[in-house]
Amino acid sequence: MDYAEAVRSGNRLALARLLTLVENGDPEGRKAMDALFPYTGQAHLIGVTGSPGTGKSSLVNQLALAYRRPTAGAAARRVAIVAVDPSSPFSGGALLGDRVRMRDLSGDPGIFIRSMASRGTVGGLARATAAVVQVLDAAGYEIILVETVGAGQSEVDIARLAHTTLVVEAPGLGDDIQASKAGILEIADILVVNKGDRPGVESTERFLRNMLEIAHPEMQDEAGNETGSGNKKTGWIPPILRTVATRNSGIQQVLEAIENHKAYLQSSGEWQRRDRDRLLFELNAILRDQLYARWRQSLPEGAYNHAIDLLMERKQSIYSILEALLQYHA
Amino acid sequence: MDRKIRVLIAKPGLDGHDRGAKVVARALRDAGMEVIYTGLRQTPEMVAEAALQEDVDAVGLSILSGAHMALVPRIMELLRANGQENVHVFVGGIIPEEDVPALLNLGVRAVYGPGTSTSKVAEELETWVLGKQPE
Ligand SMILES: Nc1nc2c(ncn2[C@@H]2O[C@H](COP(=O)(O)OP(=O)(O)OP(=O)(O)O)[C@@H](O)[C@H]2O)c(=O)[nH]1
Ligand SMILES: [Mg+2]
Repeated sequence: MDYAEAVRSGNRLALARLLTLVENGDPEGRKAMDALFPYTGQAHLIGVTGSPGTGKSSLVNQLALAYRRPTAGAAARRVAIVAVDPSSPFSGGALLGDRVRMRDLSGDPGIFIRSMASRGTVGGLARATAAVVQVLDAAGYEIILVETVGAGQSEVDIARLAHTTLVVEAPGLGDDIQASKAGILEIADILVVNKGDRPGVESTERFLRNMLEIAHPEMQDEAGNETGSGNKKTGWIPPILRTVATRNSGIQQVLEAIENHKAYLQSSGEWQRRDRDRLLFELNAILRDQLYARWRQSLPEGAYNHAIDLLMERKQSIYSILEALLQYHA
Repeated sequence: MDRKIRVLIAKPGLDGHDRGAKVVARALRDAGMEVIYTGLRQTPEMVAEAALQEDVDAVGLSILSGAHMALVPRIMELLRANGQENVHVFVGGIIPEEDVPALLNLGVRAVYGPGTSTSKVAEELETWVLGKQPE
């Protein structure tokens, strides 16, 4: 099958299969991606991250529904969702349950949902996700929502992938510890406090506002009054928005914030900059892998073990061994 | 290359008990598979759509409502219409003995009654997908 052509013409089975191939790092997938690459760079990539159970999938469900409704200003957008859940470190398997909250989206040919397990390494996940997103982008999905759990290194890498990153919090999760540990402010473009119907919303919002004010002193005027948040000349200050995803409340405001952020990215030149950073990051990661693999292949049998032995016997230092090993580089 | 068996565990029909489905889903995860779980009350169309988007190797259907003779043929038909005739379908739940041959005739790989060990399910699934023989 010519995957690239089939995907471009809207064949959903071909798309699903190609996603598997690129996720697995299959050479056939790579070939199709070469052909699809010129069609990428069109979609708005939106990352949705946050602690387990804060309502990310419920929010993604509502956002997708909203994007599917045509408005006065815009036609309905085609939406793809990539929902990433952790693999079990013990078995390598994974339980991918995000679709449970996305029932409302079934039967709509303008929506494509794909679940992904985090599998092996942090860097590997970022690369696999980037590849999957590229294929969906080339397939003509205009909005791509990427859901990931937590705020560890993999989320930071995935945030690098997104144009706009939503961090979803909810009351009563021990916010202070989680938020500060995670360094969420560095990756959040929009902060969503979901479960706005639960007690403790105000304190979660207050906590987030305090954190933001530390990071963005320009949020207060000289008298210490809040000047609000949003799109400023000085840059982007993440808005804090309250939602009840299960009741479709506050979703419109999130949608508007996403649009504002996109406008900010485009007018400030940040859109290009992020695109460049992302491609550079990908290129570097792949370059490192491939150079290493080639060098490793060019090593004569036993040379590596011999080098380790010399190190262990303290006969040579790491750097002098390195010199010797790099001689082999083809 | 890192290939994983991908399985959809679905609960078509109207009954509201998904404990059995969740037990199987967890067991398959523990056997190293990637299990997509879609929750309660799925229509055959929802099951087929999820199987397609997720490009699964297998679909496990948990049916307790007695509606299997209506649901399973429809799901098999939709999978075929989508070009997924090679997906391995297995059925679990409460299925009367006399209905089993008819289901197998539709192309269902196996019907598991209550009390089937989950390791048997995992082993058979691996055999179908990888062509691997159980030990
Ligand atoms: N009260 C209330 N419950 C909510 C709200 N949003 C989601 N929930 C519930 O919170 C639970 C978790 O929601 P999900 O959308 O699955 O959350 P998630 O962040 O995607 O969860 P993981 O993917 O497991 O990390 C579900 O039971 C939802 O019904 C909300 O706004 N208010
Ligand atoms: Mg989720």
